[in-house]
Amino acid sequence: MKPRTIVEKIWDSHVVAEKPGAPALLYIDLHLTHEVTSPQAFSTLRERGLKVRRPDLTIATMDHSTPTTSRDLPMLDPIGKAQLDQMTQNCKDFGIRLYDLKTTKQGIVHVIGPEQGLTQPGMTIVCGDSHTATHGAFGALAFGIGTSQVGHVFATQCLLQTPSKSYAIRVEGALKPGVSAKDIILAVIAKIGIGGGTGTVFEYQGSTISSLSMEERMTICNMSIEGGARAGLVAPDDTTYQYISGREFAPKGADWDAALARWKQLPTDQGAQYAKELTLDASTLEPMVTFGTNPGMGIPISGAIPDPASVSDPIEKSDLIKALKYMDLEPGKQLKGHKIDVVFVGSCTNSRISDLRAAASVMKGRKVNPHVRMLVVPGSMQVKKQAEAEGLDKIFREAGADFREAGCSMCLAMNGDQLEPGEYSVSTSNRNFEGRQGKGGRTFLASPLTAAASAVTGVVTDVRTLL
Amino acid sequence: MKFEKIESKIAVLPVDNIDTDQIIPARYLKSISKEGLGEGLFRDWRLNADGTPKPDFVLNKPEAKGVQILVTGDNFGCGSSREHAPWALVQSGIRAVISTSFADIFKGNALKNQLLPVVVPADAHAELLKSPWATVKIDLAAQTVTLPSGRVVEFPIDSFAKQCLVEGIDELGYMLQQEPAIAAFEAQRVGSVNTLR
Repeated sequence: MKPRTIVEKIWDSHVVAEKPGAPALLYIDLHLTHEVTSPQAFSTLRERGLKVRRPDLTIATMDHSTPTTSRDLPMLDPIGKAQLDQMTQNCKDFGIRLYDLKTTKQGIVHVIGPEQGLTQPGMTIVCGDSHTATHGAFGALAFGIGTSQVGHVFATQCLLQTPSKSYAIRVEGALKPGVSAKDIILAVIAKIGIGGGTGTVFEYQGSTISSLSMEERMTICNMSIEGGARAGLVAPDDTTYQYISGREFAPKGADWDAALARWKQLPTDQGAQYAKELTLDASTLEPMVTFGTNPGMGIPISGAIPDPASVSDPIEKSDLIKALKYMDLEPGKQLKGHKIDVVFVGSCTNSRISDLRAAASVMKGRKVNPHVRMLVVPGSMQVKKQAEAEGLDKIFREAGADFREAGCSMCLAMNGDQLEPGEYSVSTSNRNFEGRQGKGGRTFLASPLTAAASAVTGVVTDVRTLL
Repeated sequence: MKFEKIESKIAVLPVDNIDTDQIIPARYLKSISKEGLGEGLFRDWRLNADGTPKPDFVLNKPEAKGVQILVTGDNFGCGSSREHAPWALVQSGIRAVISTSFADIFKGNALKNQLLPVVVPADAHAELLKSPWATVKIDLAAQTVTLPSGRVVEFPIDSFAKQCLVEGIDELGYMLQQEPAIAAFEAQRVGSVNTLR
């Protein structure tokens, strides 16, 4: 048999039907859904008299429009509240398990899937959210879909799909202290550009990736879309199996043994072909930070803001000028030392317990700079509980940071947590698009370590000076 | 609904990597219906904080009235999977976007909403960028764009997506017809996949 990549193996085992002249009908093992991209899909079901075909393979949460203030307070935004109420009604009407704001398992959709053991190797996983690739950390083919497709999966548990090409991203070598998984993915995106992976699925591999924890792998896979790839994954290994074992929805007993035998067949065969390949030396990486208005506009912390004069392509040049104007930054200068107003630690990229531990390790015994507002938003209520058990909440609060309830929060500013016009943030989230964190707000993307260090000093900071 | 030929003036927005947060900001995503999203289209590029139009923005120009084709820079529609982006474009009268490439999720969402993503070669794109408000014809059946100079260039499109648009095929209906194959697939996989108990 022809050697296959992990993506090809997962694809082959999920094709329900293939007709000439049409995309394949691909079976979906797990459908995650949230309040923002599902209401119109539920409306389609109602209009056409359809049911959710497999409510048992469908899981719902509330995260995007969700307040991160105390759950005892009434929700002030009537439109956001209407969206959450509609989600509750939809899940009730169609028999879908919902982790709402009253449960201890609520959280960001891409945090709770792995946490509950729902995310497993070899699965096809979709969600009406572009950061669904997060689940690829487990060796699953996971990608974001639009609302029409959410409706298709509700009704048929399938999608019409054409296969993507595989793009090998090899990361080799040991990371230096102060450099983390977030810096790896920001460096990858800076190298290939935000459209560099369009039409492909990233397979992250190499000694650096193998040495990473599941949470670090999730951070990397999470931002695949920022490199243009709908999906990104890491072949499962012992780190993966140890993480899954014992979680609520993980297979148990004989089922576990059978699952493990299947999962061990997944890694890419020797000699399988990739459409594209990239190799990165992790030992040369520094903490990364973005200066512009897309995640590809990133530089090492010691680097300088690029000069549009050195760019030849006219549209690229005008885009860089436009970005620097929006960010109000001068070319040729360092970003290090730039004053900031807000620090956000959270989002599906960096809101897991290890992210909070990393930020707390810098905050411990230090204070948030008086002109900085710092928001720490756990990715799930389970992460919050764990952080409290470890006393991380105290470290953040004593430092002067705001420690919140779980949700997407200031990553996309739908819930009232947002930047004011003109404010600068250092954010552990995934997008620095214009206005992403609030109209007129300006975002520097970075790791939890860099974010915490910058909160302490009040300027963009090289965390290695505080370690 | 069948997709007809388009003949329209072009509005030119020469920016690369226009993300879906620019096409429609997240604060417009709280709606539980598809209605009224045109109001959010390019909201923060189109309007000042006080709600007055920014006169320099291309879609605010007097010539933009009735425009059905938008020409943009590379990698249009990157970022979030929000289908609100094509909904907002369509509700504002846009029927086709011409670029040198599109982000994957946006392209899929556009095709499901009668919005045609048209990829043209760099030289044709360069001609379009230099020809704001010129008239361009798009013939989906023939997969051609007639440029302002009269030159005709072909564009690629997935054959099934084209068939759905040209013949007005309902994708979900097509999928529902394959129910027996889906049921057979599930029966054969019992025990080998996770079922959420």
